[in-house]
Amino acid sequence: MSKTRQTINSTAIHAILLSYMLLALWPIFLTIINSFKSRKAIFRDPMGLPGVDSFSLKGFEKVLLRSDFEIYFMNSIIVTIATLALVLLLGTMAAWALSEYRFKGNKWLGLYLAVGIMIPIRLGSVSLLQLIVNMNLANTLTALVLVYIAQSLPLAIFILSEFMQQIPQDLKEAARCDGVSEYTIFFKVILPLTRPAIATVGVFTLVPVWNDLWFPLILAPSDKTQTITLGVQQFIGQYVTDWNAVLASLTLAIVPILIIYILLSRHLIRGITAGAVK
Amino acid sequence: MSPRGGRFARFPHHVLVFLAPATIIYTMFMVYPLLDSIRLSLYNTDGTGAFHFTGLTNYIALMTDPEWSNAFWNALKNNFIFFCIHMLVQNPIGIMLAALLSLPKLTGRTTYRTLIFMPTMLSVVIIGFIWQLILSPLWGVSESLLSFIGLTDWFQPWLGQEGTALLTLSLISVWQFVGIPMMLVYAAMLNIPEDLTEGAIIDGATHWEIFWHIKLPLILPTIAMISILTFVANFNAFDLIYSVKGALAGPNFSTDIMGTLFYRTFFGFQLQLGNPTMGATVATMMFGVILVGVLFYLFVLQRKLRRYAL
Repeated sequence: MSKTRQTINSTAIHAILLSYMLLALWPIFLTIINSFKSRKAIFRDPMGLPGVDSFSLKGFEKVLLRSDFEIYFMNSIIVTIATLALVLLLGTMAAWALSEYRFKGNKWLGLYLAVGIMIPIRLGSVSLLQLIVNMNLANTLTALVLVYIAQSLPLAIFILSEFMQQIPQDLKEAARCDGVSEYTIFFKVILPLTRPAIATVGVFTLVPVWNDLWFPLILAPSDKTQTITLGVQQFIGQYVTDWNAVLASLTLAIVPILIIYILLSRHLIRGITAGAVK
Repeated sequence: MSPRGGRFARFPHHVLVFLAPATIIYTMFMVYPLLDSIRLSLYNTDGTGAFHFTGLTNYIALMTDPEWSNAFWNALKNNFIFFCIHMLVQNPIGIMLAALLSLPKLTGRTTYRTLIFMPTMLSVVIIGFIWQLILSPLWGVSESLLSFIGLTDWFQPWLGQEGTALLTLSLISVWQFVGIPMMLVYAAMLNIPEDLTEGAIIDGATHWEIFWHIKLPLILPTIAMISILTFVANFNAFDLIYSVKGALAGPNFSTDIMGTLFYRTFFGFQLQLGNPTMGATVATMMFGVILVGVLFYLFVLQRKLRRYAL
């Protein structure tokens, strides 16, 4: 009796999860398959997979021909990698100093740096634009990287500080007994040890930076400095009626993220859940 | 006193070197612009570009001068609707999915979790455009899906109608971000000691009873956290509305929220010129709304719940 109830229960649970999963994936799947179809096929049979007679790469040709997709893509990669590398380095340094050394104002500085976790940097855009213009950095990738570092540091320092506390005391003391400088301890012992935290910090840095529309739109909207998110937004705005091109540009923007996500999903999800527990 | 260990040692140079770069960049590109925006909101510009101190004039105009106040109150109201839909739809669905995912002996847990979370990883711009295509009457995908379940007549261009556009956009956002509450609640549920639930199972409790009487009270702090995260994200939202409806947040401003109002005020649109000081005023109002939410969370919700959980 209870056995049958349990089977029914578990079937129902799988049915709910499966249908929600389909709901989550179907729009993405639909976009990707239709980007490989001819215009006629997109409208005649939207749900069908691309077949011999409906297969077409016309949309991709148009996107690559009419826009600087490669440039946008490279811009996004440069900005994201530079931000991530600098956030990891500067964030680890600050987190190490905050959690290892006792000095006057330690707690206050920690609190000061943590305020940015909750307050969106976007709200300072009016002044930020003035500042960037005054520094002659408007329409440069440097401007984006600087802003994204400032945006990502608070959470990164918070996560890395938690992580620092797990580094065994013996390791640090052993190094200190050898009489090496604090710099050597940091760069040779501590920095390599934070490797596992990279995934966690990475999720919270990489994804918002890659996906951001606001700052590219405000600080670096020129043709040469557009990121992929802004590039797609502008391209689609221009070719809104060209369904092949629109679908192809969406697919080009989706697929790299999907590949990275599937490759790294276990780390990413562990990072999110580990970060959440704290 | 040794240069490192002492409690009240002055900043030794290595501490300074470790802290300075992060603190300087954070101060210069985040704290300073936020504070300076608040300062700018107390100024006005004239045709020559000079700034004049005008006190709270901008705030009074924003709240009472029909030229600004209509748009402001409309955006604030829409933003609250946007937030309420997330609280009523996104977070309950996220909690339910997390509860199902954390059931013991569930096969395929990782696959479900990974794939349901996928839309959250994509750019809001991409998601906005995808749904715009799907809901477009031109393509007819939604129509044919609805006819599949016998609801052909039910289809309407939801994104284009004043009465339904905001709700539709909210649900698109819910669809994308349901993964966040799901993950956070799931992580919290994994932390619940197994003896608690196992004891209840032995006593003959159903999964539903365990969820309602044991798990839910224990994850209340997490629910408070996802609520404040939703609040901050919603009152800072912009990308989705801008991609799907443009800066004018049509039809007839029915999808205008604080983020799009801020953008239009700051940069201008069509015939209206951009106004940096008024933009700073709108941004400061957003700052105020978010601050009230965050303080409420820190000093009311978190304290109450901590006492309750103990």
